[in-house]
Amino acid sequence: MKGLPPVLITAIVLVAGFAACAAQFPNIASTRVVGNLLTDNAFLGIVATGMTFVIISGGIDLSVGSVIGFTTVFVALASERWGVPPLVAFVAILALSAAFGAAMGAVIHVFDLPPFIVTLAGMFLARGASFLLSTESVPITAPVYSTVSDFALRMPGGGRLTAIAIIMLAIVIGGALLLHLTRFGANVYALGGSRATAGLMGVAVGKMTVKIYMLSSLLAGLAGIVFSFYTSAGYSLSAVGVELDSIAAVVIGGTLLTGGQGSVIGTFLGVLIQGMIQTYINFDGTLSSWWTKIATGVLLFAFIALQQALVTLARRPVAKRAGAAS
Amino acid sequence: MTALLPRRGLAQIFALIVILAIDRAVSPQFFDLRLQDGRLFGSLIDVLNRGTPVALLSLGMVLVIATRGIDLSVGAVMAICGAIAASLADSHGLPVVLAAALGAGLVCGLWNGFLVAVLGMQPIVATLILMVAGRGIAQLITEGRIVTFSSPDLVWLGNGAILGLPVPVAIALGMLLLTGAVVRGSALGLLIEATGGNARASELAGVGTRAMILAVYVWCGVCAALAGVIAAADIMGADANNAGLWLELDAILAVVIGGTSLFGGRFSLVLAVLGALIIQTMNTGILLSGYPPEFNLLVKAVVVLAVLLLQSPKLSGLAGIATRLRGTKP
Repeated sequence: MKGLPPVLITAIVLVAGFAACAAQFPNIASTRVVGNLLTDNAFLGIVATGMTFVIISGGIDLSVGSVIGFTTVFVALASERWGVPPLVAFVAILALSAAFGAAMGAVIHVFDLPPFIVTLAGMFLARGASFLLSTESVPITAPVYSTVSDFALRMPGGGRLTAIAIIMLAIVIGGALLLHLTRFGANVYALGGSRATAGLMGVAVGKMTVKIYMLSSLLAGLAGIVFSFYTSAGYSLSAVGVELDSIAAVVIGGTLLTGGQGSVIGTFLGVLIQGMIQTYINFDGTLSSWWTKIATGVLLFAFIALQQALVTLARRPVAKRAGAAS
Repeated sequence: MTALLPRRGLAQIFALIVILAIDRAVSPQFFDLRLQDGRLFGSLIDVLNRGTPVALLSLGMVLVIATRGIDLSVGAVMAICGAIAASLADSHGLPVVLAAALGAGLVCGLWNGFLVAVLGMQPIVATLILMVAGRGIAQLITEGRIVTFSSPDLVWLGNGAILGLPVPVAIALGMLLLTGAVVRGSALGLLIEATGGNARASELAGVGTRAMILAVYVWCGVCAALAGVIAAADIMGADANNAGLWLELDAILAVVIGGTSLFGGRFSLVLAVLGALIIQTMNTGILLSGYPPEFNLLVKAVVVLAVLLLQSPKLSGLAGIATRLRGTKP
C-alpha cells in the first residue's frame, strides 16, 4: 500500500518517454547522455531526496533553493577570500545548514505555524544572507575542485559517471534505506498520516519535525556544495526556483503532497523525467527551454489528478461507513 | 478572539507610521509632494505607485486565503496577462487589449478554482501547476523575447494621471472600493468567511461553498491580470521571465501582515492593502537609506517571522513555550 502503483506509473512514463526520445534521436540511448543527465541533475536529486522526507511528513520546505545559493557563496568566499581549506568550509556549511533547518522545524512545531510560511521566511532569510555575503559571482580555484571535477568512472560506451553523480546516487540510496528500513522513516510516514495519531502512538512529534527539516536543509547544503562543484563558482542568485523543481520531482515521483505516502525511488525517477525532458529539448534544438516548464506543469497536473482519483477511490468506502454510523 | 476585534488594524497602522517615521529620518524630503504637469510627485506617491501590483494581488489573495486556500500562481498569471497585453497593444485598441488580458486572467482563475473546488485538490498543489507552467506559457506568447510596445493608451495606464494621482494608484483604489462594496456590501464576505471557517458545516447550512471557492480564485486571477497589465504598461514591455517574479510571496506576506489568518475564516481587505503598503514603504526606505536593496529580503524575513509569532495561537508568554517543549518529550 506504500504508494507502489504511482511509482510504477512514474517508471512507465520514464521508460516510455525515454523510448520515444530514443526512437527520434538514437544517440540519446547512450551512457554518455545518461551520464551527463545524472551529472546535470545531481544537485536536484540530492535536494529532492530531502524534500521527499518533508513532504511525506505532511510539510513543505520552500527554503532549499536559497540554502543552495547561500552554500555556494559561502563555500566560494571561504576558500577564495577567507583562506579556509575547502573541506573545513564544507563541514562548517553543512553544520550551519543543519542548524538552520532545525531552527525552522522548531519554529514550525513550537508555534504551531504552517510549514509553508515558516520556510518562506527561511527562503527570504537565506537568500538575503547570501546577497549580503556577495552579490557577484565568485569563481572557485581551489585544487580540490579540479580534482573532483576531473574524477569520473568510465562507463561502457564512453559515458562518464562523475563524482557529483556518484554522490547523488549514494544519497538517493541512503535516503531510500533511511525512509523505508528505519524507525525514523516509519515515523516520517506516521507524521504524514496524522500528526495527532502519531503523537498518541508515542512518536516524539516535536523532535521528528526538527529532525526532518534538519535533514532537508542538510541535504540542501550538500546540494549546494555539489552545485559549486558543478559550476566551479559561488553565486548568490544560483538555484533560484529549485524548490519548485524539487517539489515537482517529488510529486511526479508519486509522493502524496498531503503526506503519508511516497518513496525516495519515485522522487529519483521524477528527477530523471525532468532531466529527460531537458535533454530532449537540447537534442531537438528548435524548441526553447521554456517548453520544459510547460511539460513539467502538464506532468504535475497529470500526476496530481491521478493521485486525487486514487485517494478518492480509497476514501469512498470509509465515507460510506461514516455516513452509515451517524 | 472577540476581545481582539476592536483592536484590529491598530497594529498595522502603528507599524506603517513607525516605518514612515524611519523613512522620514533617513530621507528628510520623504513627505515632500509637488504638482507637476497635473500629476503629484514625491516619495509618498512613489510608494503608492510601486506598491500597486502587490496591493492588487493582495486584494484577490486575501479572499482566497479567507476560504483557507492560497494562490501561488498570481506571479505567473501576471506574466501571462502582461505578455498578452504587450503583444496586442500596438495592433488593437485599449478595450480589446484589456478585455483579452483580463479574460486570460479570468480563465487562469477558473482553472485554479476548478482544480480546488471541483476536483478537490489542495490549493497549494493546484496552483503550483500554473505557477510552474504559467511562465512557460507566457514565454510562448512572447516567443521568448521581451515584447515592447508604444501604444499611448496602454502607456497611459502605467504612467498617466487622474486628478493628480498616478493611474495605477487610482485603479487599485477603485478595485479596493469595488471589491469592498461587493463582499462587504452584501452577505458574500460572510459566506466566504464561513467557507474558510468550516467548509463542510457551511455546505450543510446551505452555503454554496463550491461557487464561493470558484469565485474567489476567479477574482484573484482577474486582480493578477490587472496587476500584470499595469506592470507591463509601467515598463512599456512584457518580460515573461521577470514580470511578477516572486510577487505571489509578497502578496501572501501582505495578507499575513494585514492580520488575515492563513487558516481562513476571517479577512480584511483594507488591512491587506495596508500590508502591501507597509512592504513597499520598507522597500523604498531601504533604497532611500542607501543600503543595498539586498537588505530587503532579510528585513522581509524578520517581518514575516515577527508577524507569525504574534499571530501564533501558541504564543502566550514564555511559560506557554516551556510547557509546549515539555509536552513534546515522549
